Amino acid sequence: MIPDTRVVPRLVEVRQNVLRQNDVIARALRERFRQAGVLAVSLVSSPGSGKTAFLENVLTLLRPRYQVAALVGDLATENDATRLARSQVPVKQIITGTVCHLEAAMVQSALDGWDLNQLDFLFVENVGNLVCPSSYDLGEDLRFVLLSVTEGEDKPLKYPTIFNSADVAVITKSDLAAAVEFDESAARRNIQAVRPGMNVFKLSSKTGEGMSEFLYFLERRRTHSATIVAT
Amino acid sequence: MHELSIAVSIVEMAEEQAARHGAVKIQAVHLRLGHLSGVVKEALLSSYEMACESTPLEGSQLLIEEVPVEVFCPKCDQPRLVDSIQWFCCPVCGTPTPTVLHGKELEVVALEMTE
Repeated sequence: MIPDTRVVPRLVEVRQNVLRQNDVIARALRERFRQAGVLAVSLVSSPGSGKTAFLENVLTLLRPRYQVAALVGDLATENDATRLARSQVPVKQIITGTVCHLEAAMVQSALDGWDLNQLDFLFVENVGNLVCPSSYDLGEDLRFVLLSVTEGEDKPLKYPTIFNSADVAVITKSDLAAAVEFDESAARRNIQAVRPGMNVFKLSSKTGEGMSEFLYFLERRRTHSATIVAT
Repeated sequence: MHELSIAVSIVEMAEEQAARHGAVKIQAVHLRLGHLSGVVKEALLSSYEMACESTPLEGSQLLIEEVPVEVFCPKCDQPRLVDSIQWFCCPVCGTPTPTVLHGKELEVVALEMTE
C-alpha cells in the first residue's frame, strides 16, 4: 500500500478582530480626549449633505465661549479646511488619497502638535460616504450622522449600518424642506427604526433654525462628560 | 469600497500568525462576519483574492461564517434575532431596542496552515 504523503493542514485558533489595530488606537485616543476634558465629535454623511456648512456654523457659534478645533477628511483638496478656517479656529485637513474613510491612525497623526488640554471641543468631519466609515472607530465620544432634506426620507433604511453606528442624527437644510416636500415624520420614523431612541435634530445652517437647540445639547454633553472625569 | 483594505489586514494578520507557528503556507482563513459589520461578503471575497497574491496565502480560501444581528429585548428579557437590519425591534413582541449583542463581528477565528 502506498502511504498517504499529503500534508494535512493544521487548524490554529486565532480569534482576532480584523480591525484590532484601529481599535487599539481609537481606545487610546478616547482616553486622551477624556483626560484632556475635550468632547470629540465626528460627523458622517453622504457627500453634499451639508457637513462643512454645518460645521462652519457650529465652530463660529462655539468659538466665543469655547476652545474648539476641527479635523476634516477628504479624498482630495484642502477646500473644506479653507472654508472652515473662516471660523477662525484651528483646522487641519486630512487628505486620504484613495481611502474612502478616516481611520483612527489618521486622526492620531493629524493631532500631532495640538495640545488637547487647551480644547473643549474637537470635531472630526469624515469623508462623505455612508458606507465605509461605519466600520472604523475614531475614538470619538459621539458620532453624528447627517441627513439633508434633499436626500429623501428613506436614507436611514438604505444605509442602516451607519445610522445604527451613530449616536445622534441631524436633519440638515431644513430651509429647503417645503420646496422638496420633505416628509419629516417619515424620516424620523425611519431613523428610529434603525436606531431606536436616537436623538434627532432638525436645522438649517443657512437660516440658523434649530441651531440653538443643537448647541444646547452639545454644551450639556460636554458638561456631563467633564463631570464624569471630575468624579 | 473599503473591503480591499480589510482584506489586506486579514492577510497581514494571517502572515503574522503563520510566522509565529512556523507555517509555510496557509490553506484557509475562517472569518466571522456580522451583518452589521459594514463589510460586504462578495466584495470581501474578491478583494481577498487580490490581497493574497504573492503571499503565503496565495490560492487560499476565505471561509466566511455570517453572523446575524441579535438584539436584547428589554420586555421579553431575552436575546432575539432581528428579522431585518432595517427594523431594530423584537421579532416576538415588537418592542424597539437599540441594544445590539451580535452582528458587528469582523473576526478571524482560525487558520488552516501547513508546516
